[in-house]
Amino acid sequence: MKALGHVFKYGDNVDTDVIIPARYLNSFDAQELASHAMADIDPEFVNKVKPGDLIVANKNFGCGSSREHAPLCLKTAGVSCVIAETFARIFYRNAINIGLPIIECPEAAKGIEAGDEVEVDFDSGKIYNRTKGTEFQGQPFPEFMQKLIAAGGLVNYTNSKKGEGGCW
Amino acid sequence: MGMTMTQKILAAHAGLDSVVAGQLIEAKLDVVMANDITGPMALPIFREMADKVYDKDKVVLVPDHFTPNKDIKSAENSKSIREFSKEQGLKWYFEQGKSGVEHAILPEAGVVVAGECIIGADSHTCTYGALGAFSTGVGTTDIATGMATGELWFKVPSAMKFVLTGKPGAFVSGKDIIIHIIGKIGVDGALYKSMEFTGDGLKELSMDDRFTMANMAIEAGAKNGIFPVDEKAEDYMKEHSVKEYKIYEADEDAEYDEVIEINLSEVRPTVAFPHLPGNAKTIDEIEAMEPIRIDQVVIGSCTNGRMEDMRKAAAILKDRQVHPDVRVMVIPATQKIYKQCMAEGLADIFVDAGCAVNTPSCGPCMGGHMGVMAAGEKCVSTTNRNFVGRMGHVDSLIYLASPEVAAASAIAGYIANPEKVGDR
Repeated sequence: MKALGHVFKYGDNVDTDVIIPARYLNSFDAQELASHAMADIDPEFVNKVKPGDLIVANKNFGCGSSREHAPLCLKTAGVSCVIAETFARIFYRNAINIGLPIIECPEAAKGIEAGDEVEVDFDSGKIYNRTKGTEFQGQPFPEFMQKLIAAGGLVNYTNSKKGEGGCW
Repeated sequence: MGMTMTQKILAAHAGLDSVVAGQLIEAKLDVVMANDITGPMALPIFREMADKVYDKDKVVLVPDHFTPNKDIKSAENSKSIREFSKEQGLKWYFEQGKSGVEHAILPEAGVVVAGECIIGADSHTCTYGALGAFSTGVGTTDIATGMATGELWFKVPSAMKFVLTGKPGAFVSGKDIIIHIIGKIGVDGALYKSMEFTGDGLKELSMDDRFTMANMAIEAGAKNGIFPVDEKAEDYMKEHSVKEYKIYEADEDAEYDEVIEINLSEVRPTVAFPHLPGNAKTIDEIEAMEPIRIDQVVIGSCTNGRMEDMRKAAAILKDRQVHPDVRVMVIPATQKIYKQCMAEGLADIFVDAGCAVNTPSCGPCMGGHMGVMAAGEKCVSTTNRNFVGRMGHVDSLIYLASPEVAAASAIAGYIANPEKVGDR
């Protein structure tokens, strides 16, 4: 699986309140949430984003609330991958659970600028900056998480386990 | 190798003799909680996995964020979890009028106790670590899975140990201590980790102080915050709960990524400036600046809406008047606290001073309703986050503070030192 698109670049501590402000959380309709993605940090984001585009940020991306609406609105808006130096832990879990690809890679976070065309190979974790001709190696997921991703997320994983006569 | 307190609880719930940091485990859950934002979204995901919750006594739903419902959509959302609770026969569904802010009502109603493994679809679920439980915030898919199966995967966290010594000053409480700590380590200083609070200084901290501190562990990026179970914690649980609790202690040889000593006697009233909870400034630094004029004060929330917070704010507001340019909202976090405020005469003090006393709700904390700010406005708030736009317009500013700093500022009209209220 690959991602290819242009980059929206942000700094440290992009919190879930700016990704999807609480005033929009009276809905969990994915399309409606997507229409407000990044509203309080980049009001032009929803007008500019194209399917396949990537977000690249620095430290602690997705800090703050547990709202799964945050990765969901980005995925639905067309974001194919978020690359960051580090992710806040609840955002990290939520992204995996809903199938928004994320990669921790401090070098890529530093070496990629807004507007760069970037390609990501999720199998190898390789990040290729086509604009600058540079390549980075992202952190691979631990084996258990790869299993979750391969199953198509936590719901499918849970259901497949049930089918195997798991503990519930 | 020894285990931390958190690791011991996780090992026990995973059916393992021991675990190590970084290990991925599947652990059994004692409490699975969601609210009126995360709960409704979880229901269709839950239905993909199950018809019945794994245990009707362990799945808890609390409408508190947009309640009393602020609009039709939020009313529909609350209705969905109300009907689900009835359909499933849930023991713990907290309806408006008998409820409160989730992280205040769960300990108060005795739903959560020491030694448990708890998840909540709300980031401040880490609050229950004050009781000596492993408790952490998760998202909607995780909570739906927990509701269906009673289990969830976790990466076992490493830990940072905070050794508290000394005695805090008269106007220093849990809020000042935790903002001081986050200021020291940063908003990702404990990313993916446990924050374990220990030391002789613990005996100086009330349960309400500890709830406030554990509540804001997430603001340092932590997976959980946790306190040892001492006599105060046991007394609290005996008073509030009929559940059996289990006390876990960190091993002597437990490994910590870092050990940080905090002398509580050196912590000053501390305020987190916009736009990060780690942007800490002491009241002395603030007094050296030009006065920061404010428009609004909020006293309440899962961080600081408990009885002691009400008493501390009232002690300062008693026989005084809110500054004419400031709007003040006092929001007792539960109905019980609300009633106690009336019984102790605190409600009169607040109203006489010119404060609005609101019904329990998360309200303005996350810009939901009941106190949303306009462009350019500034608020001193006892809540937990001061992110851009958190309480309304993107150009409004939030200063996080203790109830005492908030009350002193309400009177002064600018961010003020509670130690000097008597001087004016």
